[in-house]
Amino acid sequence: MSVEAPERLEIQEHFPTDAEYDKLLGKKNRKGLIAKMFFMAALATAVLALAALLYTIVNESFGLVAQVNQNEPEDIVASFGYDPSTTALADLSYDELVESLGGGISTNVGRRLEREQRFYADKLVFESDELWAEICSSDEPPAGCDSSPRDHAGVLQLVNERIVQPDIIAAANLVPSLLDPQAFEEDVEVTFANTPERFPDYTFDQVQFQWRAWLNPTFLVTPQSTAPETTGIRTAILGTLWLVIITITFAVPVGVGAAIYLEEFARPSRFNDFVQTNINNLAGVPSIIYGMLGLAIFVRALEALTSGAIFGIEQANGRTVLSAGLTMGLLTLPVVIISSQEALRAVPNSLRQAGLGVGATKWQTVRSQVLPVAIPGILTGVILALARAIGETAPLILVGAASFITADPTGPFSKFTALPIQIFQWTALPQFEWQHLAAAASLTLLILLLILNAGAVILRNRYSRRPQ
Amino acid sequence: MTDQALHDPGMGQKLRSSRNVTERIILVTLLVCGAISIATTLGILWTLGTESLLFFRDPEVTITDFFLTTAWSPQAGSFGIWPLILGTLLITVIALLVAIPIGLCAAIYLSEYASPRVRGFFKPVLEILVGIPTVVFGFFAITFMTPILRGIFGNDVVGFFNVLSAGIVVGILIIPLVSSLSEDALSAVPDSLRQAAYAMGASKLETSLRVVVPAALSGIAAGVVIAMSRAVGETMVVTLAAGASPRNFMFGQESLWDIVNPFVGAQTMTGYIVITASGDLSYNTIDYNSIFAIGLTLFFMTLGLNSLSRRIVKRYRQEYE
Repeated sequence: MSVEAPERLEIQEHFPTDAEYDKLLGKKNRKGLIAKMFFMAALATAVLALAALLYTIVNESFGLVAQVNQNEPEDIVASFGYDPSTTALADLSYDELVESLGGGISTNVGRRLEREQRFYADKLVFESDELWAEICSSDEPPAGCDSSPRDHAGVLQLVNERIVQPDIIAAANLVPSLLDPQAFEEDVEVTFANTPERFPDYTFDQVQFQWRAWLNPTFLVTPQSTAPETTGIRTAILGTLWLVIITITFAVPVGVGAAIYLEEFARPSRFNDFVQTNINNLAGVPSIIYGMLGLAIFVRALEALTSGAIFGIEQANGRTVLSAGLTMGLLTLPVVIISSQEALRAVPNSLRQAGLGVGATKWQTVRSQVLPVAIPGILTGVILALARAIGETAPLILVGAASFITADPTGPFSKFTALPIQIFQWTALPQFEWQHLAAAASLTLLILLLILNAGAVILRNRYSRRPQ
Repeated sequence: MTDQALHDPGMGQKLRSSRNVTERIILVTLLVCGAISIATTLGILWTLGTESLLFFRDPEVTITDFFLTTAWSPQAGSFGIWPLILGTLLITVIALLVAIPIGLCAAIYLSEYASPRVRGFFKPVLEILVGIPTVVFGFFAITFMTPILRGIFGNDVVGFFNVLSAGIVVGILIIPLVSSLSEDALSAVPDSLRQAAYAMGASKLETSLRVVVPAALSGIAAGVVIAMSRAVGETMVVTLAAGASPRNFMFGQESLWDIVNPFVGAQTMTGYIVITASGDLSYNTIDYNSIFAIGLTLFFMTLGLNSLSRRIVKRYRQEYE
């Protein structure tokens, strides 16, 4: 169907016919569709990257391992008269674990272990009483003289390390272990057949194939060790907890105080503008710079305070959890201030006017009217700041978090390690076991963060449901 | 309080003055809290400044060598910062090449195409990426990205430590910065502009690309600059995945490819600081002081980028409010 073009359209050289118009429109629509697909693909790529990250971590955290034990845990359990099929090594009592340890190591090794940390508060296992009294009254008494006795997890680790002596010679990731468990066993067999020199101490018959969750309850409660088979992250988790406590104690009062000042008390002035700009700038400073600040100020300049020397605590230096906590406090301060400011700004002005109207002072109004309404918002910000403090690594390295430490941190003046530090150290080690351990520690860290963030979301929901 | 007390003018006076004293104490306390943030900035400047000064006072170092020579090997006594800046820039450029297209296209999709439900689901999902600790990204780079790259390009081409893997992973890490700031900017464009474009017969794609994106360009640019600042300061991924050897070079002696080759490692400014500090670092050595000189350079680079971003945002606000 063709329509004669009216005269006024003659100024255009060519007006598209319906067929041409449909074609053009079709082309345009196709282009639009392709572009939409392209934009969707970009979003999908970003989500896929997140999925790949989580996949990698879970994939490395579980899987089949090829393991050789010097002594079987079942035999140890059976030697105490238990049924190995229902009782695990970890189910043995403390006394039984100590007994099995004593039966498998030489007295000299036992003495050394007892000098590191004793087994019982009231009796000695390897040392004789006279000798113990003698070495404890010497000039440099060993740590075992005054420290508290070992606990169940600690002795379990010793039994594993010294008696069972597991050696993981190969490990597979989760997905290959599920899809084709045979392939892994065959791989190990082929390696044994072709290159026996790689495992000079073992024959293939000794190898046991079993599932291993690198992230398991024992891993969480066991102190660090140099052997990947028996190491744990208890010291790291406790270090992270101490760090968080010190960070909150410093950053929350100061951050909320600064936010109240800026939102409720400060009149627009050049100084207050400067404070606000400065806070925004601080939020953009790379975390490693805060680490350098902490190193120079808290670790070095304030060493007497952060090492606990002025409180009479003998500590070699200021590389303590207190220094790290204060550094993290400064780092999270801008986040706490900015989110608290937003929470305060969301409080309706009518509340303030009502408070001031009945004769309350400014501070009374803030304390009893404004703050209670703003607190859920402030808490959300605090939790997000904490999540940041838990995951930061670079500042901790700068202020000297120890990479290898087996003693639990006992106070603000302890040397410490933390979860991200463990992940960093283990990731950097070349042997394959450490990669799985780094994945397990990462998974722990992510679960911790997930719990914190869920807390923030719940708070936010409760807050938004509340009538104002 | 009895009625009599209420009528006693002296009592009111007393109450008022004690209230005023409390108010003043509170005000001063809060002011001190605010001032701590200023003290932090001054602390950073003072620390980095004085330690850098010690570094430049060292007879082995001159400030011109630091900024003008292109070899960083502290053992050999040559301190030219350019190899470290080169490493940082290479990774930043790769990260931006990854993050800008993905982040911007995802933002266009979320702001212009997606239904509110889809947007409500994907925005928080992208923001999860911001919350994941960077050391976990470093682990991801080594165990996932590097093996993939080595599989694609060959083990002899791609080193175990390489700039490409670190750059891509840093790019993934900053995608949410680009996408969420761009999305905010796109959503802030008034609907009247879109309606005007539709009325002229423009398709959704034409409206998005030729009307909405240009109108939001300053906001998008601000987001990109913020993301760039984050990439420059990023530490753990580059330390783990890009290696610990500075890429020293001499103009004219190496080919351009050798200088920018993304398949081999290069130490960055942040990487050098971390590696140097994680050993047993003794105070007042030239190594110790050198990390502060590099920190100062890094501080000014990120400060410059952040101020630039804020300036762009300011202009953008004037346009629409």
